[in-house]
Amino acid sequence: MLFVELLVQGLLQGSIYGLIAVGLTLVYGLLRILHVAHAGLFTLGGYICVILTNQTGSFLLAVLASMLLVGITGMLIYRICYQPILDQPPFVPLIASIGLFIAMEELFRIFFGAYGLSFTELPLQEPLPFLQVSLKQAEWLTMLMSVGFVAILAFLANRTKLGLAWKATVTDPEIASSFGVDIIQVRYLNFFIGSSLAAASGCMMAVLNNLVEPTMGSVPSYKMLAIIVLGGLGNVRGTLIAAILLGIIESYGTIYLDDLLDRDSIAFVFLIIALMIRPQGLFQRT
Amino acid sequence: MAYEISLLIVMGISITAGLSLNLITGFCGQISLGHAAFMGIGAYTSALMTKNGLPFFPSLAAGMLTAGIAGIFVGLCSLRVRHDFLAITTMGVGFLFLGIVRQQDALGGEMGISGIPDPGLGRIGFLLFVMGCAALVVYLSLYMKRSWLGFAFDAVADDEDTAGMLGLDVTQFKLIAFAIGTSLAGLAGGLYAHNIRFIDPDSFGFVESITVLSMVVIGGIGSVWGVVIASAVLSVLPLWFQFIEDYKLLVYGLLLFSVMRFSPGGLSALCFNIFSFFRKKLT
Repeated sequence: MLFVELLVQGLLQGSIYGLIAVGLTLVYGLLRILHVAHAGLFTLGGYICVILTNQTGSFLLAVLASMLLVGITGMLIYRICYQPILDQPPFVPLIASIGLFIAMEELFRIFFGAYGLSFTELPLQEPLPFLQVSLKQAEWLTMLMSVGFVAILAFLANRTKLGLAWKATVTDPEIASSFGVDIIQVRYLNFFIGSSLAAASGCMMAVLNNLVEPTMGSVPSYKMLAIIVLGGLGNVRGTLIAAILLGIIESYGTIYLDDLLDRDSIAFVFLIIALMIRPQGLFQRT
Repeated sequence: MAYEISLLIVMGISITAGLSLNLITGFCGQISLGHAAFMGIGAYTSALMTKNGLPFFPSLAAGMLTAGIAGIFVGLCSLRVRHDFLAITTMGVGFLFLGIVRQQDALGGEMGISGIPDPGLGRIGFLLFVMGCAALVVYLSLYMKRSWLGFAFDAVADDEDTAGMLGLDVTQFKLIAFAIGTSLAGLAGGLYAHNIRFIDPDSFGFVESITVLSMVVIGGIGSVWGVVIASAVLSVLPLWFQFIEDYKLLVYGLLLFSVMRFSPGGLSALCFNIFSFFRKKLT
């Protein structure tokens, strides 16, 4: 039974990683920025969710509001921080982003206190058994969300004009704009979607742990980078698969590799091995 | 006086660390987000040796050697992956180092190594030694920049493929850059360990790697004096910021962000721009 339990835990952790990493890979795919501050948006999403749920009593409303607000924040970050330095070498936005992330963590600590916040009444706690696996509603919702959002994204990208414009901009911004695509708007939309996915991930994390704290983004901040590299930078489906694989490997690894390595470095052993064998990422089409 | 001495020692160590990364990232163009790991390797090696009764100088040299060997292995990775992928791989190396050290009781685990013996030079002597090391590294960097090796590094940094086509052995130069850069990081680590006389995994984490990288980037990638000044200032900045206590990291983060946002070439580019602005006004 331990085997199944670890698998489920891994899937759950992988879904959280997936939600946050898919948002990041969208940003990376379009702008080639290693957007570390994405993890700051993840934390912000969690905070907004907890505060609004406690105020209004409705979890659903809080999640939606959090995704909207964080999406707008993401667009602002793009406009104020990244747009002026897009033509610089890649480490310039990277360091700017790290600086921003440090500042964001500190702001959360100063505004909301160092010890974090919890829900006054924790939502989605009824157990829902399904195929002998008994999980809470919140845990099912997390997994559903990550698969659902990726499906929606795939639909948008493959079946709508908007998706066509997005894909054209990723492939070649100049030619796309000469065909009448407003690439600035595509970028804003991209940041909005990516950031609201981070917010959704933050909300679910908040429910699963019943805690949001200023440093909750620091582990995801680097792990999500490993995941998007494994997924073949910019590849949404690959990123989700890589995230779930990593979640499962970590959950077995903590049991079987514990005297050798700690949990957080398992991701990187996996990453380094994978990159040495396939330098273009696991799921990149060559 | 004791306070000023320890301030200067910290400055000297971070100048050594900053310039060691500048060799790899600035001169040879290979980004590294895990530089603190090499400082860690140097620190752990030399600390374990002096703790077991070996003298200070050979231990320091051994620390440089092990860090350099580890650096060559990471250099081999840089042959396989480039740019953003290399950044993430080196970041991974950093976390791998932490992960291994945390779980090994022989290396002190989470508790770290305490009671590292004093190098026996006295505070002033140690300060002079640290400053000597820093000066030597500055000299080495300046010399290398003008040497044939420096030009080769420049070519590799600019465009590997063209450099290879011109007959430069890109593989060899990348490995040389990693070997020298990381062994100097090992030196900085060894000095750090014998200055604080206590090390734990957290002293060489991701934040430290970023701090070193930000010294290089804020100073201006590849500029020796820019990096020296940035390392000196950034290393003591947190101490100067004591009076704002609670907002220390906030200011640090915002500073990092603002320099990149408003002067992406770092301080050296900023000075250059101001200089040429005034020159234009005068003429």
